[in-house]
Amino acid sequence: MSASSIAGVTATVAGRFGAYGGRYVPETLMAALEELEQAYAVAQKDAAFQAELDDLLHHYCGRPTPLYFAKRLTEQMGGAKIYLKREDLLHTGAHKINNALGQGLLARRMGKQRIIAETGAGQHGVATATVCALLGLECVVYMGEEDMRRQELNVYRMRLLGAEVRGVSAGSATLKDAINEAMRDWVTNVRTTYYILGSALGAHPYPTMVRDFHRVISREARMQMLEQEGKLPTAIVACVGGGSNAIGAFYEFLPDANVQLIGVEAGGRGTALGEHAARFQKVGGGLPGVLQGTYSYVLQNDAGQVSSTHSVSAGLDYASVGPEHAMLHDSGRASYVSCSDDEALKATVTLSRTEGILPALESAHAVAEAVRLAPTMVKTDVLMVNLSGRGDKDMGILARELNLKGSERAKG
Amino acid sequence: MAIEFSKKPGIVAYLTAGDPDLATTRDIALAAIDNGADVIELGVPFSDPLADGPVIQRASERAVARGVRLTDVLDLAKGLRAARPAAGLVLFSYLNPVVRMGMKTFCSRAAEAGADGVLLTDMIVEEAGEYLAEMKTNGLAPIFLAAPTSPDARLKAIAAVSQGFVYAISRVGITGTQQKVAGDASELVTRLRQFTKLPIAVGFGISNAEHVKAVGEFADAAIIGSALVALIEKSPAKEAATAIGQFIAGLRT
Repeated sequence: MSASSIAGVTATVAGRFGAYGGRYVPETLMAALEELEQAYAVAQKDAAFQAELDDLLHHYCGRPTPLYFAKRLTEQMGGAKIYLKREDLLHTGAHKINNALGQGLLARRMGKQRIIAETGAGQHGVATATVCALLGLECVVYMGEEDMRRQELNVYRMRLLGAEVRGVSAGSATLKDAINEAMRDWVTNVRTTYYILGSALGAHPYPTMVRDFHRVISREARMQMLEQEGKLPTAIVACVGGGSNAIGAFYEFLPDANVQLIGVEAGGRGTALGEHAARFQKVGGGLPGVLQGTYSYVLQNDAGQVSSTHSVSAGLDYASVGPEHAMLHDSGRASYVSCSDDEALKATVTLSRTEGILPALESAHAVAEAVRLAPTMVKTDVLMVNLSGRGDKDMGILARELNLKGSERAKG
Repeated sequence: MAIEFSKKPGIVAYLTAGDPDLATTRDIALAAIDNGADVIELGVPFSDPLADGPVIQRASERAVARGVRLTDVLDLAKGLRAARPAAGLVLFSYLNPVVRMGMKTFCSRAAEAGADGVLLTDMIVEEAGEYLAEMKTNGLAPIFLAAPTSPDARLKAIAAVSQGFVYAISRVGITGTQQKVAGDASELVTRLRQFTKLPIAVGFGISNAEHVKAVGEFADAAIIGSALVALIEKSPAKEAATAIGQFIAGLRT
């Protein structure tokens, strides 16, 4: 029997994506997950809840975000037309606010006054701190100490917004360790606390709920593409850490079989275990397993110990991946490639200098794949990149890694 | 070999296997059994012990760093079974090392090692179909956690599939010490009693004779974990078995 059969027996349980997903948590959390599942189901059908969410997404966050034709980048690549879905223009600077706002409203509706969250790059933490300020809720954010160091600006931003940031020193002091600590807090304070999980991960109903709050990305993009190009895109490219921006960008296109869906993982600085966060790459050590409540691909050694990871981008630096992506990977509906740290850094410069748009290092992985792919496509092809966030937060890393003098110019 | 609590309250001793090393864990387990522990829970070290407090996290981290694997823990269990045929022996693990080995292989190897039962921290009853089938095939007792937050319907489902004993969590939260046994615990045991005749063992935060006595008033057994792991942490390896033996002997006074 293969390892993957563990999750195969209870296919009727909600929250399954093929064999993946489910609920693998300490019993203490089960009542809370059931309560959350029910509250979310009711809220989803409540017109007033949806109306308030839509209103805030529009007036507070700035939706709909533009679908922007990157003319100079397209000309420079000399192939497919490249469009950018500008989630980086949202309030707080990334797609994360879509989900933080949805869950924040749900928490308030459930009468929970205390919010906890984990964060990697700090974008989900900032979005959650923002929503808590907006709704008058207490906010505690767990963040790996390594991530606090490399995303220092976001740490201060969260504090400015009134959140308490708690550093986590365990393990590699990155996103995985922050999630462990947030789950420990939740187990302890489960009666009063709502956990706003920031990616399409964790136990059911989180992967479904987080995806639903990000579906707006592909709902808008599909309409915008038809309006602006008169056809659907040839391919959509999005970076995949936990996979929330990617699932949001892919979801409404899933039935459109001839739209290629491409997820980009962090290739880091090598293929050895610990040097990357590429869960789906054959040589990388990713296999189905259970981590933090869900059954999905997990980077691990042959004894089932979860591996440390590396990426220049804190938001992609995670050992597992959302279970819906695991299903899309196995079925072949989406394909998953990886880009190295260096390719992402290079793509950051390219996009900055051709379009005047500074992508987050996470999103730069998607840009890097687009830059690789576009020249191989014909001019009638259309490539959409989900530009999930902006790169202001990465200025310290960029200054150190690139050490640009300002006199260099990208070609074109 | 069976899970039996002949003296009341029974004592279940949790040890993180391989901390400080596998040979010392063996000596500690034997000392615990010889000084009155009815059941030994051998904890499989895991990289991400999200239900555990700082003490067991540190022990787990040390054992993982030493390269202790699930197969080592199975070998340790086998040795303990040979040395103490009558002791209760439970394997305690997070799911992923078991998934990595394969559920079927794990259950047959656990039975072969002479374990009586298995507890998987992050396995809930709804997901347990294949696990329960393999446990049954191999004559092993599946032990589940019951929590103060579990509504009666869940307790009923947990009781229906449990064997050996039911592990009642004394309070919401992670493993680790506390001042006194929470009021949550007796209420939970009372609710569980409606659904099962199995022994009920209470764990999380049980760390001294006073706690054990308090648990004995409403439950069948007390589970001691972090207090033992903390004592092992501060004892030199050579003295750990003696220290644990004395500690266990002093719990049921």
